[in-house]
Amino acid sequence: MADDHNPKKVLTDPFINNNPIALQILGLCSALAVTVKMETSIVMAISVTLVTGCSNAAVSLIRAHIPSSIRIICQMTIIASLVIMVDQILQAFAPGLSRQLSVFVGLIITNCIVMGRAEAYAMKNGVFMSFLDGLGNGLGYGLILVLVGFCRELFGSGKLFGTNIMTPVTEGGWYPTNGLMLIAPSAFFLIGLIIWGIRTIRPEQVDAS
Amino acid sequence: METYVNIFVDAVFPGNLALALFLGMCTFLAVSKDVKTAFGLGIAVIVIQSITVPVNNLIYQFLLQPGALSWTGSESLSGQDLIFVSLICYIGVIAAMVQILEMTLDKYFPALASSLGIFLPLITVNCAILGGTLLMVEKQMDFVGSCVFGFSSGFGWALAIVCLAGIREKMKYSDVPAGLRGLGITFITVGLMALAFQTFSVIKF
Repeated sequence: MADDHNPKKVLTDPFINNNPIALQILGLCSALAVTVKMETSIVMAISVTLVTGCSNAAVSLIRAHIPSSIRIICQMTIIASLVIMVDQILQAFAPGLSRQLSVFVGLIITNCIVMGRAEAYAMKNGVFMSFLDGLGNGLGYGLILVLVGFCRELFGSGKLFGTNIMTPVTEGGWYPTNGLMLIAPSAFFLIGLIIWGIRTIRPEQVDAS
Repeated sequence: METYVNIFVDAVFPGNLALALFLGMCTFLAVSKDVKTAFGLGIAVIVIQSITVPVNNLIYQFLLQPGALSWTGSESLSGQDLIFVSLICYIGVIAAMVQILEMTLDKYFPALASSLGIFLPLITVNCAILGGTLLMVEKQMDFVGSCVFGFSSGFGWALAIVCLAGIREKMKYSDVPAGLRGLGITFITVGLMALAFQTFSVIKF
């Protein structure tokens, strides 16, 4: 694992070198479910980044006071409160989006990135570094999310952010939409391919088996 | 009776938590390297799911839903709608259950506990568990229904992870391109499995 005390490294490492989705296998559920469109992907990415950063900072702040046998409940309470905040804010300022994301905002609580980083990093490190680590991981997650969302919306419905890029056949254009991209298995294939790409560039990430 | 059979079949095949709703993916992919560990985790998920879904069902019915507190007989309490704290309640129950399971495993099955590693505490954040509860609330199930749903959704998840582990064990012998080895090919396998499970969606009793 990378140097734990270099702020820049902690922040940028999760982008490619130690990407939460591609290498740590964390936070996949939402990555598969909300990536049908760019808009939802981006909102989700921002929400997760904020929650991860803040929860990491909060957990790190009180890490010396949490008895290890009840640490999970403490962490979950912090995370759940933050997620409820995000949920309420979305409902207040972007009700349409909030409806599209539906249960998946609630499921940020169970997004393993948040919990995984709290458990693996924030319990052992200082507040500021934990915050950076949370932000970095949230952004690394967002990167994959936006990438997958881009492919799925573009090839699945010929649109980006809801505006036509390649006019689909159904609307009198030339592009026959790929229905597979709109159902969830496509997200598996795309993430599989992204992982292939990353590991071709960084052979050291290849699994031994 | 028929409704309960339907709940069971629906939760195991077409509504499979892992392959149709894509919940609990992180653990699903990370702990499916060999059948034995996958089986252990599958059992853990079935146990947790069978406990938490009914418990959360009771909490929802008697504490959270609008007017749920009317059994107290108190005028001011019965008008309360506590739905906004529901997420925190559900997750509290789940976290407590997982912690109890973790302690039990540590004491009586240390080998299983160490092979599950960080993924045991992560069952808390296994979206399958919270997802199961949220789905139960969404479908407005009664108590017996929620017991059946809890068990069967856990069972479906366990079935899926054991299948995947079986495939991955065989895949050790195949010649996969270097960059795709391990996680990459697993994703693609799961995608294919998901397509296959979707074909079960017509089964109804």
